[in-house]
Amino acid sequence: MVENQRWLDILAHITLILGVVVVAFPVYIAFIASTHHPVEFMSGMMPLLPGDNMVNTYTEVLSGGVRAQMTVPLTLMLTNSLIMALSIAIGKIVISILSAFAIVYFRFPFRMTAFWMIFITLMLPVEVRIVPTFKVVADLGLLNSYAGLSIPLIASATATFLFRQVFLTIPDELMEAARIDGAGPMKFFRDILLPLSRTNIAALFVILFIYGWNQYLWPILVTTDADFYTIVAGIKRMADVVDSEPLWNFIMATAVLAMLPPVLVVIFMQRLFVKGLVETEK
Amino acid sequence: MAAITIENLGKTYTGGVSAVRGIDIDIRDGEFVVLVGPSGCGKSTLLRMIAGLEEITEGEVRIGERVVNRLEPAERDIAMVFQNYALYPHMSVRQNLSYGLKNRGTPKAEIARRVDEAARILEIGAYLDRKPRALSGGQRQRVAMGRAIVREPAAFLFDEPLSNLDAKLRVSMRGEIRALQKRLGTTSVYVTHDQLEAMTLADRLVVLRDGEVEQIGAPLEVYRRPVSTFVAEFIGSPAMNMLDGEVAGGTLRVGGASLPVGVAPGKVKVGMRAEDMRLAGLGETAIPARLAYVEELGAQRLGHFEVEGQRLIAAFPAEQALSDEIALTVDPSALHVFGADGRRID
Ligand SMILES: Nc1ncnc2c1ncn2[C@@H]1O[C@H](COP(=O)(O)OP(=O)(O)O)[C@@H](O)[C@H]1O
Ligand SMILES: [Mg+2]
Repeated sequence: MVENQRWLDILAHITLILGVVVVAFPVYIAFIASTHHPVEFMSGMMPLLPGDNMVNTYTEVLSGGVRAQMTVPLTLMLTNSLIMALSIAIGKIVISILSAFAIVYFRFPFRMTAFWMIFITLMLPVEVRIVPTFKVVADLGLLNSYAGLSIPLIASATATFLFRQVFLTIPDELMEAARIDGAGPMKFFRDILLPLSRTNIAALFVILFIYGWNQYLWPILVTTDADFYTIVAGIKRMADVVDSEPLWNFIMATAVLAMLPPVLVVIFMQRLFVKGLVETEK
Repeated sequence: MAAITIENLGKTYTGGVSAVRGIDIDIRDGEFVVLVGPSGCGKSTLLRMIAGLEEITEGEVRIGERVVNRLEPAERDIAMVFQNYALYPHMSVRQNLSYGLKNRGTPKAEIARRVDEAARILEIGAYLDRKPRALSGGQRQRVAMGRAIVREPAAFLFDEPLSNLDAKLRVSMRGEIRALQKRLGTTSVYVTHDQLEAMTLADRLVVLRDGEVEQIGAPLEVYRRPVSTFVAEFIGSPAMNMLDGEVAGGTLRVGGASLPVGVAPGKVKVGMRAEDMRLAGLGETAIPARLAYVEELGAQRLGHFEVEGQRLIAAFPAEQALSDEIALTVDPSALHVFGADGRRID
């Protein structure tokens, strides 16, 4: 029995390690590529060991020295991405927590209709409604703006359901106690619901920030003005060179840098994030 | 502090469930009234209508001079203690106690004074800065009480506040609630399904059955003169014995014995409390009984008998010897006679 357990442990670890390798290997390749000279990719082979050009590549990328390749400074693209990701994450959280609050705690006409309308939007992600959404955004004159980048992505049925689930686990007596204690609806929301959903908000923020940061199709469509390029879309544009070889070391360095903000968000919010996913006590 | 008047109160839930109806209760200022009845009889519904947590569909509730039907719970000047305590989990004990006062704009110094006072009374001073999670059930219960008393409301409402505690703690908290209420003199309405809790706490009992008031009265009054078989069997432990009997010509025939009674002829139910039963002396009217088993309670022993195919329990002193075939009797004055409809008729 004990022996068995041991083998199971080993097997589980091997599986996990394999999983990590599969996920980490492309990242490793990207990083290695960013440490080589551009000429070394001509052969069509990706090197597997670090080169000696790392300092040079990153200084040039960060100082904006590769303008020829990118037309936009890296820092501007990072800022754009940050603004978009934050708007999407915060916007989604604000809207969905308020809708969940309305659906769980208020009895109003067509409440269930509203609920099902939100539910139906689950079936309509951006990719499906991209043409009409583009038309609307264009008609509103929101092309090439932060609003155009983020607002169409903000509505979120998933987050609304998540908060609904969280609110349903909070005992009704808590709301009743608050009513007796003289807290009106918004006060109850601010003083009781928000603090109790803190960890869920954090977990959702991490997920949504990464979702927003990784947006690719939508930014490419609505931004033609280089001032609004985001980093993820920018990487694609860097590789789209017509009359020369792509400078893979710069592209990969940019990709590595583009990975950093989401990683930082995960690292800094890890404790809350995990709590938000596993916590059941209310 | 205030009297609470309930007039012809009724509640029909959406969907048509009539939970309570035609309730009339006058709760005097400073009185401790216990609503008691089996689960599902509408106790919580009634209490929650007084609190303002449930809309009143019929009738009227007055607290003091005001009709409160349309007032928000916070405007009714009541405080409620819930079965699951309903403490705010993210707030410290102190914050839990102050929250209601803060919302009312009570000055900081006054809040601090009241919280300290409540903490002293309830002996929760040592954990004012802890979160509810870090407290035991009994301590949480005290905090919930504290949250009610800092408000200095016109009335306390309790919905089965002790049901989540273990038996021993329940008994001691019961005593404390009673003492606290006497000391503060605050009108209280207390809901429980536990008849013993109801008996020990109440100034007056309100026995509810299927959404209607069955009997209102002081605990001993209800105990001694239950108005129906329902109350008779619900109040008191062990439950009152209930035997089938028949009255003819001023004589009640029950369990093989004949007793003189002054009620109209017909089929009846005859109630006898276990502690009113005793062994029949020579020449006394006797109910012949067969002993099934004996339950030892320490101070007492309960004999479980069979009488003409019906069950009967009698209480005896601990040292009383019991044989298998025995003659039991009861004073005619201790008989409770109910008609075929279950109403008291003697
Ligand atoms: N929100 C509700 N909707 C419909 N019926 C309810 C609701 N709450 C309680 N009831 C019904 O009303 C009756 C009384 O319930 P309740 O007051 O909770 O009883 P008790 O507290 O005495 O156990 C029960 O039959 C219950 O099913
Ligand atoms: Mg109840």
